[in-house]
Amino acid sequence: MTKVGVVLFPGSNCEQDAIESIRLLGGDAEVLWHGDATIGDADAVIVPGGFAHGDYLRPGAIARFSPVMGAVAAFAAAGGPVVGICNGFQVLTEAGLLPGALQKNRGLKFLCTTVSLRVDSTNSVLTSDAEAGSILRVPVNHFEGNYTCSPETLAELQGDDRIVLRYVENPNGSIDDIAGICSEGRNVVGLMPHPERACHPLLGSTDGQPLLRSLLTAAAKAQV
Amino acid sequence: MSDVTFDVLVEVKHRPGIADPQGATIERSLPTLGFHGVSGVTVGKSIRFTVEATDEAAARGEVEEMCKRFLTNPVIEDAVITIS
Repeated sequence: MTKVGVVLFPGSNCEQDAIESIRLLGGDAEVLWHGDATIGDADAVIVPGGFAHGDYLRPGAIARFSPVMGAVAAFAAAGGPVVGICNGFQVLTEAGLLPGALQKNRGLKFLCTTVSLRVDSTNSVLTSDAEAGSILRVPVNHFEGNYTCSPETLAELQGDDRIVLRYVENPNGSIDDIAGICSEGRNVVGLMPHPERACHPLLGSTDGQPLLRSLLTAAAKAQV
Repeated sequence: MSDVTFDVLVEVKHRPGIADPQGATIERSLPTLGFHGVSGVTVGKSIRFTVEATDEAAARGEVEEMCKRFLTNPVIEDAVITIS
């Protein structure tokens, strides 16, 4: 069975949701403690939401010093699937695994709502099993979710089809309506919305399933 | 040559064009207390510490490196370094 490792920093708070949703989709999942410099036998890694290290200095700024991050970076460099959700996206940008940065939302509003996302590229470990152009209803829950980057980086992301998810109605001011991007190798994805909170009818939406199913598909390939 | 201790102040500011909703909110609030004519409010961070180095140039070089690699996120923040 494919195993997804979910990183737990002091201050993470979405790791159980991520584990539960992966198990619901038939995968195996376990917690990776941030202080251990290994990802064990995980076939994929999720960096979950929350407030890693209290968001001290900046969201994600301290997390990259956690021993586990060296192992995550090495895994990503070797082509392993890595997904950062919400605070996990912030951690991956601070760690240099994804370009750009997340600034405060336009309008000084903490956002806690469900938004519509459009799948703009199916060429990534989080979107391969989703339908191109489909609209997914997925919750967001963030204050610093306003993606920004240099004009050069934006042109690169656009030109290489690396903007995998866009907001249908931009809730936070993100440049080019960006909700999620992938790395050059397409195996590292960061997104602000929470697919793990949209994996069961009781949660009001199952639209997160195709995304996490894509990750399980990528994990199974990584296992071979 | 022995090291000298320098006092360092790093002021972290948003880069031009980066949203500063805290500054904007403070600016909008001040007139309600009767403070009119205030503009250009920005909110940043100040980080203070001491550093040992052979001279001021060496200290500045080290602090600039700290800013680039850790104390600021160069995508969205600038730093003003004062050494005394």
